[in-house]
Amino acid sequence: MIQNNRLTTEQYGQNFSDIHPPFETEDAALVEANRCLFCYDAPCTKSCPTGINVPKFIKQITTENIKGSAHTIFSSNIMGAGCSKVCPVEKLCEGACVYNLMDETPIHIAKLQRYSTEIAMEKKWQLFDRKPSTGKKVAIVGAGPAGLSCAHTLSREGIDVTIYEKESKGGGLMTYGIAAYKVTPAFCEDEVNYITSIGGIDIKYNQELGKDITLEELQANYDAVYLAFGVGLARQLEIPGEDLNGVVDAISFIYELRTNNYSALAVGDKVAVIGMGMTAIDAATQAKRLGAKEVTLIYRRTQEEMPCTEHELNIAKLDGCNIIWLATPKEVIGVDARSDDPVGRGKVTQLICETMKLGDPDASGRRSPVPTGETIALDVDMVIKAAGQMPFEDMANINHLENRNGKLTVKEKTATNLKGVFAGGDCVNGGKEVVDAVQSGKDGAKAILNFIF
Amino acid sequence: MADISANFLGIKSPNPFWLASAPPTDKKINVLRAYEAGWGGVVWKTLGSQVKNVSSRYSAVDYGGHRVMGFNNIELISDRPLDINLKEITEVVKLFPDRAMIVSLMADNNREAWHELIQKCEDAGAMGFELNFGCPHGMTERGMGAAVGQDPHIAKMVVEWVMEKATIPVITKLTPNVHSVVPTGRAAVEGGTNALSLINTIQSVTGIDLDTLVPNPYVAGKSVFGGYCGPAVKPIALKMLTTIAQDELTSRVPISGIGGISTWKDAVEFMLLGSTTVQVCTAAMKHGFRIVEDMCEGLNNWMDEKGYQTINDFIGKSVEKITHWEDLDINYHHIAKINQDKCIHCGLCYIACEDTSHQSINIAKGNPYNTYTIKEEECVGCNLCKLVCPVDACITMEEHRVAPEYINWKQWQERGLPLNDH
Repeated sequence: MIQNNRLTTEQYGQNFSDIHPPFETEDAALVEANRCLFCYDAPCTKSCPTGINVPKFIKQITTENIKGSAHTIFSSNIMGAGCSKVCPVEKLCEGACVYNLMDETPIHIAKLQRYSTEIAMEKKWQLFDRKPSTGKKVAIVGAGPAGLSCAHTLSREGIDVTIYEKESKGGGLMTYGIAAYKVTPAFCEDEVNYITSIGGIDIKYNQELGKDITLEELQANYDAVYLAFGVGLARQLEIPGEDLNGVVDAISFIYELRTNNYSALAVGDKVAVIGMGMTAIDAATQAKRLGAKEVTLIYRRTQEEMPCTEHELNIAKLDGCNIIWLATPKEVIGVDARSDDPVGRGKVTQLICETMKLGDPDASGRRSPVPTGETIALDVDMVIKAAGQMPFEDMANINHLENRNGKLTVKEKTATNLKGVFAGGDCVNGGKEVVDAVQSGKDGAKAILNFIF
Repeated sequence: MADISANFLGIKSPNPFWLASAPPTDKKINVLRAYEAGWGGVVWKTLGSQVKNVSSRYSAVDYGGHRVMGFNNIELISDRPLDINLKEITEVVKLFPDRAMIVSLMADNNREAWHELIQKCEDAGAMGFELNFGCPHGMTERGMGAAVGQDPHIAKMVVEWVMEKATIPVITKLTPNVHSVVPTGRAAVEGGTNALSLINTIQSVTGIDLDTLVPNPYVAGKSVFGGYCGPAVKPIALKMLTTIAQDELTSRVPISGIGGISTWKDAVEFMLLGSTTVQVCTAAMKHGFRIVEDMCEGLNNWMDEKGYQTINDFIGKSVEKITHWEDLDINYHHIAKINQDKCIHCGLCYIACEDTSHQSINIAKGNPYNTYTIKEEECVGCNLCKLVCPVDACITMEEHRVAPEYINWKQWQERGLPLNDH
């Protein structure tokens, strides 16, 4: 049965507390920082999409120059605080740490980054100066990581930036799309405020492109436009029963979680989660932590091909989630159709999956799943779809933006086919990490500055 | 099992590890705990005129997250009444007659004061004396400690006073706060000292509090030069020890080595450069007396491995291996080699060589790992890359002699061989 209020306040508090707690003391941070070898042309830096000078910021912790350390991080990545909590570091900086080659535990880079950036945010250090206003104006669509990163870079150069955000809060998927035990809504709000405290950045909330504003208006009223509206539409399974009561998409599920009290959120007794990306793991673990009795992740390939990291998979396993590899959903079965049911088709009772086997590698280089013809039936009362997100293809087409399946086409990383209109982040790459979006925001700002001046 | 016992001028101890004259040897309670832990002997904290100490007294230098790499103090000689010290010495010797009991002395600068102090200490049961000519702070302002050790004439005079009276072995402890320890060492030997010990602490400022701007250690808004010791001073102590061990006159007497000894390996190094016993203070102050356990076991295992039956089998064996620069073999050459299987691609060897040495390492950029290799024709064999490499035995130095025969600088010049390699 799908119901809310399954746990006590204490249980919710415990289940959604920080999964990667910070260093408890300065000494603890120093011990870890002192382990860093201070590599030259460091593999960790090279593995960071924003190129944070990791050895330098860690060295600055050891010299008790925390202000310098935070400056080093934010200079490359203005969302360095949030990234320290949400980056899949085991496949980025920490995965490249040379200690891995010594069979030693890699430096806890994210934790150290969190240490410096949290102090900076707490003390509200203004680490960057904004140049005097140039009188030039740039409009940015979307106050997510790409938009904020672009805005901050532009503001430093004296540009007056206006961000149009369709939601009521900034931060984008950081605020609305990530498991609650990684970042809290309060942190996301602090981070947005910290970034915009440089001045020269005006965020207009509840302003959706195509509804409240048009691209033409922005082009007419600003010296340049940066599009960073992300992706958002959940990929449909396109199977019978998908419209039954109890089938939800992971993005909406996590969005609800991020915008409501935990106790208000309803979850099933037996939940199936389709997919094995980061969002699937987030949805599965959050469902379990909301009190679902049984959560099963279903993925059509094997662990070898899964998009999430091993670390994330382990979180799901430790939370007690079941995993079924090599299975793909075929049909959702329901009962109890009622007249007051909006879709009139009743509640989910079963998920039918077809078992798969691995065939030849596909375009992604991963071995593709091939149906075996055999099916299995899972008794479930809730199905969460986390099979990926789709770009806003209609929005691209309506605005005459060149795109491939909705992903905006850009030249030199940032320029769209429309003059003075630049784009970056998920709406271009189709959905990557926060840290990738931050870098594309920087690239966009650089291109815009070249265009304006 | 090797025999690690020491016999220093007839003063026997079950091992060569003594606690140096310092706070750990100031009281019966400390010394009993030390003996129970296994220390071979102590040099009782310096006795002399009644003094008064200040608070605070110690400060330290930390490095790379490690505490107390260097340590300094501004404590004076024992501030406890002489009769209490003497009574406790008697009690301790009675309880542990097999351990060395050396008493450190620093009397006022007159013959009678020295004679009186010597008599009292011998009566209390001291087995030997160590003359404190080295303490660099406080006492020097009163003409004692390093003020004596820094002037060979005064040092010789005081040693002569002591030798007139003492009936047990006398060790003269040298100060490192001189350009060379040899002149005072010689003066002490000429004055009749039976042995030498070195080094005492080095005058120092360990650091400054960047908030108060007052250097350490802090005493009511001021500080003073303190005596520096601990692991950081070991290389300096070993150098000074070598000069004493190599001098024709001072090498005739046994030496007790002091200066940053923390492990059995440090102790062996001091012994290889001529020390018969070694004295420890800072390491014990940092970790307690229990460190002696591994010192004994480590020394024993090393001696067994090397086939040494007694400590006399290896004492002084490295003294002749330190020579003059002009006697070094110019035809010797070695070149660094990086083991690619062990390399972790940290780039530390590269940046050290490229920025500060001889640009002898190639970098082949990779993502994320670069590959580093040695430019053999450029490498001068300086060791820098090997020293900074965090992986044991990843960089090794391989011998590539320029020519088979030995040739030193003097011979090179005599033969008119080319001087400029560039």
